[in-house]
Amino acid sequence: MLDQVSAFEARPAGRSGPALDVRGLSKRFGDRVAFQDLTFEIGRGEVFGFLGPNGAGKTTTVRTLGTLLAPTSGSATVAGLPLAPENAVEIRRRIAIMPEAPGLYLKLTVVENLQCFADLYEVPHPRDRIVSALRAVNLADRGQDPCGTLSKGLRQRVALARALLSDPEVLFLDEPTSGLDPVAAREVHELIDGLRKQGVTIFLTTHRLEEAERLCDRVAILNTTLRTIGRPSELRDQLFAKSITVRTLNPLADPGKVFAGLKGVDSWHMDGPTGGYVLAVSDPSIAAPAAARALVEAGADVLSIAESHHSLEDVYLELIAEDSEASGREA
Amino acid sequence: MSRRRIWAIFRKEVREYRRNRSVIYGMAILPLVFAIQPLIAVLRVSTEASGGLAHEHVLLYMLGIPTLVPVFVAAYAVAGERQQGTLEPALTTPIRGEEFLIGKALAALLPSLVIAYLVFAVFVGIVEVKAAPNVAASVMQPVDLLAQLLFTPLLACWTVWVAIAISTRSSDVRVAQQLGVLASLPPVFITVMIALNVIEPTPALAIGCGALLIVLDVSGWRLVSGLFDRERLISGSH
Repeated sequence: MLDQVSAFEARPAGRSGPALDVRGLSKRFGDRVAFQDLTFEIGRGEVFGFLGPNGAGKTTTVRTLGTLLAPTSGSATVAGLPLAPENAVEIRRRIAIMPEAPGLYLKLTVVENLQCFADLYEVPHPRDRIVSALRAVNLADRGQDPCGTLSKGLRQRVALARALLSDPEVLFLDEPTSGLDPVAAREVHELIDGLRKQGVTIFLTTHRLEEAERLCDRVAILNTTLRTIGRPSELRDQLFAKSITVRTLNPLADPGKVFAGLKGVDSWHMDGPTGGYVLAVSDPSIAAPAAARALVEAGADVLSIAESHHSLEDVYLELIAEDSEASGREA
Repeated sequence: MSRRRIWAIFRKEVREYRRNRSVIYGMAILPLVFAIQPLIAVLRVSTEASGGLAHEHVLLYMLGIPTLVPVFVAAYAVAGERQQGTLEPALTTPIRGEEFLIGKALAALLPSLVIAYLVFAVFVGIVEVKAAPNVAASVMQPVDLLAQLLFTPLLACWTVWVAIAISTRSSDVRVAQQLGVLASLPPVFITVMIALNVIEPTPALAIGCGALLIVLDVSGWRLVSGLFDRERLISGSH
């Protein structure tokens, strides 16, 4: 698929400044707050993950940045243009949004759907663009199929092809792999990788945390307000202390004596029922060799010493759990 | 205003109608209802009784076609897109509200005009061929022919705007169609009253009705443009 993606032209490094610059943006519907005080910046060519539970305001944020909804307060620059009613048409020309539901005209064929959108975007050489877009999503041979006859996964791919038609500077993808089988999801991931290499900025809304971790340069976690933002590794480091896990064949007779005072080890505790030991460390590269030496000196049969890894999912669950606890306390 | 974007919407709409049986049946059956009854009535009139027809305006019944046929497609314009989830992708493109509405309106108006004039031509042709000459002459009153030609687009245009206006405020296509038919009934009522000679057709009345329809058509466009609010259509807020 990567070769097919290259059918799209590499983006010239024309415009300067961030692809998206959001400052204190809020949106309310009457008394209900959809999202509040969002501030972040996304560089050109960056793949930015936007995570959050249902109702967190992700889709409303996308719709607001896509000029479909007017913000209640705050400001933003989208694809180099201030988010304002007078710039709405030009902003929509520079971006593309793929909503969660494909929203295809089911009685029209795939090509007819794309033809309609190529004309709405006033794409030059629409036939060539349609062929390139269909190749990019591996649907070149399904162009004459009515969209109503396609599976959910194939419809999702048509929607993605539609989003690629206008060669957007910023591509908003709302759950692009929702409903796709693993192979199709992987193809979409490769497509996103390919687009990133061509300088397309991608704003990816997803529930799949492993997808965000794999694809995104940075992620933001939203729960009406922005809970955190950064590279997945930074978020893990911010939220979780570094640790190494030690496993031995038999339990240590006096683990406190073995681990206490070891260079680089701040504290330790038993690792639940598995019989291991978790050492909170400041620097694993110092603590791990020190622990290995101490274990050997104590006569322990060491099975493994490994640095503990927290996934983005751990970060996400921790933050969302904090929010739930906070709202529970307020109630 | 981009012609290409208007054309994109128009072509998409026409393609969808052609593949939608309920739309085809709706647009086909209604004109037949308005054409067959007066046709039978005319063909049954004997030569001796043809004088009575000169005081009736049978042709004006046919104005029901441009008044009601566009409802079927125009009511679908926005509500249908919302219902099938295609409105949001369309509105994320650079299309302006006016372009979207004009594309939709033309896609409802032009096929309706073609149907209305076609059925009218067939009606006239059958009357000329099958009816007795003096019966045909009584039916084909020049004033009625002129009224048919002039009022068809004005009435169709009014119906299109009314139905699209209802469609922008409705989330259900059937409800929009039913309300659209109801809203289009006043012109049908006036036409029937004229056809039955309850209201006497005069040049002044024709000019007055024509002027009123032009005003209503322009107001309809302004009303629909005002009702077309992306935020409300996307978020469903009122």
